[in-house]
Amino acid sequence: MTTARFWRDNATRYNLMATRCGSCGKVSFPPRHVCPICHRRSLGKMEMFRLSGKGEVYSFSLVHDAPAAFELQKPYIVAMIKMDEGVMMTAQLSDCEYPEVKIGMRVKATLRKIGEEGTGGVIHYGYKFMPERIAPPVETPL
Amino acid sequence: MREVAVIGIGITKFGELWDSSFREMGIMAGLAALADAKVSSEEVDAIYVGNMSAGRYIEQEHVAALIADYSGLARDHIPATRVEAAGASGGLAMRQAYLAIASGMHDMVVVGGAEKMTDVGDSESNAIQSSAADQQWESVFGATFPSLHAMIARRHMFQYGTTREQIAQVAVKNHLHGSLNPNAQFQREIDLKTVLRSPPVAEPLGLFDCAPNSDGAAAVVLCSLDKARRYAEAPIKILASAQASDTLALHSRADICTFEATRFAARKAFKQANIGPQDIHLAEVHDNFTISEILAIEDLGFFTKGQGGKAVEDGLTKLGGQVAVNTSGGLKARGDPIGATGVAQIVELVQQLRGQAGKRQVQGARYALAQNVGGTGATAIVHILGVA
Amino acid sequence: MSVGIVSYGAYVPRFRIVPPEIGRVWGSDGEAMSKGLMIFSKSVPGPDEDVITISVEAARNMMRRTSTSPKDIGALYVGSESHPYAVKPSGTIVAEAIEASPHLTVADLEFACKAGTAGIQMCMGLVGSGMVKYGVAIGADTSQGAPGDPLEYSASAGGAAYLIGSQDLIATINGTYSYTTDTPDFWRREGQPYPSHGGRFTGEPAYFKHVSACAKGMMERMGTKPSDYDFAVFHQPNGKFPTRVAKMLGFTDQQIEVGLITPHIGNTYSGAVPLGLAAILDVANPGDRIFAVAYGSGAGCDGFDITVTENIAHYNRDAAPTIKQLIERKKMIDYATYAKYRGKILMKEGGE
Repeated sequence: MTTARFWRDNATRYNLMATRCGSCGKVSFPPRHVCPICHRRSLGKMEMFRLSGKGEVYSFSLVHDAPAAFELQKPYIVAMIKMDEGVMMTAQLSDCEYPEVKIGMRVKATLRKIGEEGTGGVIHYGYKFMPERIAPPVETPL
Repeated sequence: MREVAVIGIGITKFGELWDSSFREMGIMAGLAALADAKVSSEEVDAIYVGNMSAGRYIEQEHVAALIADYSGLARDHIPATRVEAAGASGGLAMRQAYLAIASGMHDMVVVGGAEKMTDVGDSESNAIQSSAADQQWESVFGATFPSLHAMIARRHMFQYGTTREQIAQVAVKNHLHGSLNPNAQFQREIDLKTVLRSPPVAEPLGLFDCAPNSDGAAAVVLCSLDKARRYAEAPIKILASAQASDTLALHSRADICTFEATRFAARKAFKQANIGPQDIHLAEVHDNFTISEILAIEDLGFFTKGQGGKAVEDGLTKLGGQVAVNTSGGLKARGDPIGATGVAQIVELVQQLRGQAGKRQVQGARYALAQNVGGTGATAIVHILGVA
Repeated sequence: MSVGIVSYGAYVPRFRIVPPEIGRVWGSDGEAMSKGLMIFSKSVPGPDEDVITISVEAARNMMRRTSTSPKDIGALYVGSESHPYAVKPSGTIVAEAIEASPHLTVADLEFACKAGTAGIQMCMGLVGSGMVKYGVAIGADTSQGAPGDPLEYSASAGGAAYLIGSQDLIATINGTYSYTTDTPDFWRREGQPYPSHGGRFTGEPAYFKHVSACAKGMMERMGTKPSDYDFAVFHQPNGKFPTRVAKMLGFTDQQIEVGLITPHIGNTYSGAVPLGLAAILDVANPGDRIFAVAYGSGAGCDGFDITVTENIAHYNRDAAPTIKQLIERKKMIDYATYAKYRGKILMKEGGE
């Protein structure tokens, strides 16, 4: 049971909390205690703040071979998102079709189910990304 | 710092070894290496074992003690150390052994690498391999280990115009080499169409862009160079050993098309060996995915960044080419029992430098390089070997 | 003091399935069902969506339109009949996700389709008594109908969130009146995946009796008649019931048109009246008067008399999608995909 391991990062996974180094301004996600550039100089100077949730697709892939936990969703799109604040993160893309995904596509964060520990276990929620603009309707079922 | 040499090599067949347990494979390779070195176990000062995840694969930790026990070396109570750096476990074990001898701490060391991957199902094996990436911020969101490399491939195609065919050609070449290697897991050639049509794993990569799950073990015997001449007429010298780290998560890198850890380790290695990339005749690089080999040949300095795809397409890295890459068949065709791979690479280099590589012999091989990577480039180990 | 709506937000999942597609699988005339229910398509939640994710998105949309600080929220209620957990509130995750934690009270509510509006009344009380500055009430559902049952044609997913306060109101709640009896027209026992219902018993003695009694009771207390209102929204389990009850009470088709969204997205249960009200607020002008009656099986009604204020003219509605935009954002799916997403396919337990 990994209750504590996920709970500890709830704020970061729900609200995209990041840290900015008070010394050099570098943004880190997830939050860090020590700036990777300033090292000891940054201790006590790391400021917590919330990312805007907006960014663009840096790279992406359609995952077919997925762990059992993702059976219902495969194939699903996984992407590396370059946030407007400069930091990059890895997440699934939701609410869009694979052929329409392009490097550079603008996306925004949303909260979705990330996983669960079986039908009797805790449900984990966290960020996925969706296209910034509302897509045109897809009329025929695939 | 003393100079270090390789005086013995041993390797099991790689593949789905249903009849072999982890401990059996480990000691088979080790005893073969000792026999090859003509060294008796009483002369061994220490052993190092590279293994990524016996704890999850076979629910066994403390594997160095296990190997020491079953190889008979524990009776002499020699120090036994397990080394882990995901895919670079074998190469890192090699480096630790090298440091032990170079520093004068030990004279004779056996380095082994082993992994038993088929005692769990494919799905479980893939999940275990994902722990080489950032579990909390990559794997947990569904970014499987292959998908991280697929994203590297897609970005490489975007940034440098590398084509899907060029990437797939790596697998074709490595299967060709594997067909010349009696210990390889796959000894059949394949064509480009087969690679391109293989079932998608994480687009744009398919089944044939990925190294298989394998069982296997490899081992080498190292000793100080001055002592080596007592055992071998032509000991193989370790000209350089270098190691580097980088961020765990791929998304923390400035550029995902370059493994900075490889570049850093390679620079240090070439400096130590006092040669350059152009002097290398053959290289065993970490092709756990086809795209990884393209990054490797660029980051090691064999080709300019962005030109790796073209180099493979033009046959420059095939046996007989500018630099023969993965003559063993690489991780793709030779197989990839994770902890064993880094040591298996050294075994190939030694066979080549000794002139014992049979049908896959690189003519006039004098300088050889091994590059072993952990995760998506968070650890890189580079060794350069030469004829003493 | 005046109490009312400071901000609102909504969310509807993008997947849709149409009645003919459902009928095709069960050998029923889906086209006829569609006409009979006046439902042309219904929303389906994706495999990574549930009442919690829908509530979070609705609440975030609500917060995007206002400059109210989430730290001033003193209470948050999520009303639903499809909470992801039987024990562990949806509300705590929503509160965390809009950064309202930790100085607030939270609870989950259930009263069939009127759990969301019950939450609005609770917030009105807390705000009106001065106990909290702002309260959030959310009505959201991902309810299921049993395969082949008539309810399968209508049960859908969606939700809306309301920020209740006493300052900077975009709409004042002039009064609220509820009518409640013990009437078992529709229920679901603990552990059962699908609800049961009393067939035609759900009509006259349940929906129509309670909605009429509540509507008449409220107009009596407010001293109003149907023509005093610019808009009306009644609980909408299908398109027919609210149309009929509106006529019975003396409301016109024009009055209920904007708030009648079930024909497009199906019955969102606890989200039905909250979403219908949101559709009205999307187009309402200062001075418009709104009549809203939510119904929950079991049974009871919550009625509201609402007047839109001047503040709606400079309300930042564009910061979040309107109901129209959410309705038009869609991807059609077939029954197999719908069954997969809704967990109706027996999966293998555990790994390999």
